[in-house]
Amino acid sequence: MARVVVDPIPRIEGHLRIEVEVENGKVKDAWSSGTLFRGLEIILQGRDPRDAHLITQRSCGVCTLVHSMASVRAVEDALKIKIPPNARIVRNLTHAAQNMHDHPVHFYQLCALDWVDVVSALSADPAKTSDLSGAVSGRPGTKKYYEGLKGKLKAFVDSGQLGPFANAYWGHPAYKLPPEANLMAVGHYLDNLRQQVHAAQMTAIWGAKNPHLQGHLPGGVTVTEQLNADFIAKYLFMLKEQVKFIEEVYIPDLLAVASFYKDWAKIGGNKNFLAYGDFPQSDVEPDSFYFPRGVLMNGELKLAKFDAGKITEDVTRAWYEGDKPLHPSVGETKPLSGDKLKGAVPDTQSKDGKYTWLKAPRYDGQPMEVGPLAQCLVSYVGGNKEIKDTVDAVLKKLEVGPEALFSTLGRIAARGIKCLVNAKAAEKWTMDLVENIKKGDTKTFTPYKLDETVNGQGAGLNDVARGSLGHWVNIEKGKIKNYQQVVPSTWNLGPADAKGVKGPIENALIGTPVADPKKPLEVLRTVHSFDPCIACAVHVIDPQTNEVYKFRVS
Amino acid sequence: MDSFIDVPERLALKGVSRRDFMKFCGMMATVLGLPMSFMPRIAHAIDKRPTVVWLHFAECTGCTESFIRSTYPWAADIILDTIDLAYHETIMAAAGDQAEEILEKTVKDNKGKFICIAEGAIPTKDNGVYGKVHGKTFLEIANHVCKNAMATICVGNCACSGGVQAAKPNPTEAKSVGEAIGIKTVNIEGCPPNADNMVATIVHFLLLGKLPAVDERGRPLFAYGYLIHDNCERRGHFENDEFVKEFGDEGAAKGWCLAKVGCAGPKTYNNCPKIKWNQGTNWPIGAGHPCIGCSEAKFWDEMAPFYVGKI
Repeated sequence: MARVVVDPIPRIEGHLRIEVEVENGKVKDAWSSGTLFRGLEIILQGRDPRDAHLITQRSCGVCTLVHSMASVRAVEDALKIKIPPNARIVRNLTHAAQNMHDHPVHFYQLCALDWVDVVSALSADPAKTSDLSGAVSGRPGTKKYYEGLKGKLKAFVDSGQLGPFANAYWGHPAYKLPPEANLMAVGHYLDNLRQQVHAAQMTAIWGAKNPHLQGHLPGGVTVTEQLNADFIAKYLFMLKEQVKFIEEVYIPDLLAVASFYKDWAKIGGNKNFLAYGDFPQSDVEPDSFYFPRGVLMNGELKLAKFDAGKITEDVTRAWYEGDKPLHPSVGETKPLSGDKLKGAVPDTQSKDGKYTWLKAPRYDGQPMEVGPLAQCLVSYVGGNKEIKDTVDAVLKKLEVGPEALFSTLGRIAARGIKCLVNAKAAEKWTMDLVENIKKGDTKTFTPYKLDETVNGQGAGLNDVARGSLGHWVNIEKGKIKNYQQVVPSTWNLGPADAKGVKGPIENALIGTPVADPKKPLEVLRTVHSFDPCIACAVHVIDPQTNEVYKFRVS
Repeated sequence: MDSFIDVPERLALKGVSRRDFMKFCGMMATVLGLPMSFMPRIAHAIDKRPTVVWLHFAECTGCTESFIRSTYPWAADIILDTIDLAYHETIMAAAGDQAEEILEKTVKDNKGKFICIAEGAIPTKDNGVYGKVHGKTFLEIANHVCKNAMATICVGNCACSGGVQAAKPNPTEAKSVGEAIGIKTVNIEGCPPNADNMVATIVHFLLLGKLPAVDERGRPLFAYGYLIHDNCERRGHFENDEFVKEFGDEGAAKGWCLAKVGCAGPKTYNNCPKIKWNQGTNWPIGAGHPCIGCSEAKFWDEMAPFYVGKI
């Protein structure tokens, strides 16, 4: 039996440590640790509620924008503000663009190197690579292109300075792609590094800049004079280019890679899924969401209604005070400090040892996986025709059944499916905006009162690139009394609870094969399939968060 | 203000020789994919790509994300063709022990010769246990890596001045890299900094053969020498007393001055109005949003509340 610690986990946002116990070539147990604490919720207390979205956005610069969006929605809920239709559409367009940036970057820059052996690409035949790319991709490369790419790669390796490709698990027996597929993927890795620049530009059209957009505000969006044909056309044509890239490169690569790794459709799955849903099509939430809200339990494709009152957080195994799982309405949570923290050294050996800065969110007492897979499953069952058709087409192409979705491979495929469907829907939403402007409606902001007489509580529930993201705010005398974020990576990467029930990523890792404990490539595959984002996953709830879950959550 | 001190002289104070400095210049030229013609004064040809170690501390990775938005040079051209990016957790293939091995070996083999780029602040409360990689605190890592580097370039408000986690009440006693370990750093400010500024700063540096003049906080004046307000496209409205009085009003629709709804442009040194963001696509005031002053130290406290007029 071997204990394997992987720290740092590279190619994620934030600081993550994964420990696994390997027995007979498989993971027997796993522990997920967030190793950074920043305390943003404490910093938010006493501030102007309108400032919260700027501060919370700094939770993460990779899934940038989404915390801004969650925050303005929470404050609008608290202050009973209805935003104008144009603001809703502009937010949807910006959010869609963010997904179009985020998901391909995850596939190529963050997770591809777990499946693509860069060194093997050196032995690829450029002519055969050109044939392969012609067969699978809508954007085939010529023999000459692949000769050049291979030459460039060879010169890079021959230089002896391997930079970001140094000391990796190249040649590991779990790499299955033929050299030609590896070379093609290296080419597309570089292509997306360029393409992502344009996807980010799309968010800047309405959000000023990327990362860390500055275009939202409780009440709507700030863009006004730029709500013109020029900017809309710019968005629309960049969107067409992005959709083309997703259709011609991202999805074909996803299918090509997946076809060599079908054994991973049986590894790394979970059974409980939660999706808050998103992309409102009117001001009726959540009923008008393009991606619906819902819960699936025990691996059954049966949709249950979501009830925010069933969320709890457990801190038994996290570096916070408290030793029982408590509903936040009666809970008290404080970060440990000084001697009590014992140097924040992960204790994964003792039964109740603390090992992370992430708390353990539970829904009805159960760990829940969130993210594109959860959103695809909930949408599939919940009646989103585009998701259903795309999922069915992907399953057919890979010649696997729906059970294959509950896996590491399913998680990666779902991200691409959601991205494609979302991108295509954005085209229609852009035209909705055009129709409004044609009718003379250029309103983007609803004014409201905010002074020392204003009190309120609100929630902003969103389903973003990494999954279900909730912000809760309590406003007293016009200032933030309490603020809370329960974010996707806390759901997915949180620790075990008092009952010893493991978090989703820990559970997914159990059973993962590990050919060589010194080179735990397979562990990285399942970890990366969740697209962890740790900076925002670590947070603290203040002792006075009392009524937080009594908030109205429609 | 010591901004115009000759750089070799400045570095000599820290025990760095002129020769080392010249090598550093060459490195920086290649860091940014510049042709060597930018570097007429460099005596030694560079036969190896210069080694760069990029560290992540208490941050959100927004600075790295901003960096990869660079075009001409594109991020891929910088990372693969011009520098040896030996360590960068968001990009590198290696994990765990193998990643740590790279860091240790790079520092050992290139002592005093590599460039460290630091992203993120350093928590110092309880000896810094609030942030760790490979079981070591950020404080230990910074002391080991930055102090063995030829120079440390801080990117972003967190590394340069503590950033959002250092805002009141600063629960983890987070500090800038320079303050936490007592070194001088070049500070490319902003939350995040504009990728173009990383490039523009160094070009200036190389052409003149000395560090670009910096202000008292280590920010290159080339990029951070002017107030946003001085170059703002809405300045004319300010002069004409045409102000947005509340969001959604007539002034907002007409693109008037945002000073009365919180704009920090009159107090903030940065070149956003000149170069804009994301290939010149837009910038905050262009999108009708006030500047929040993100290239200023302690802006999270001193510029807040962000939507209340400051003049």
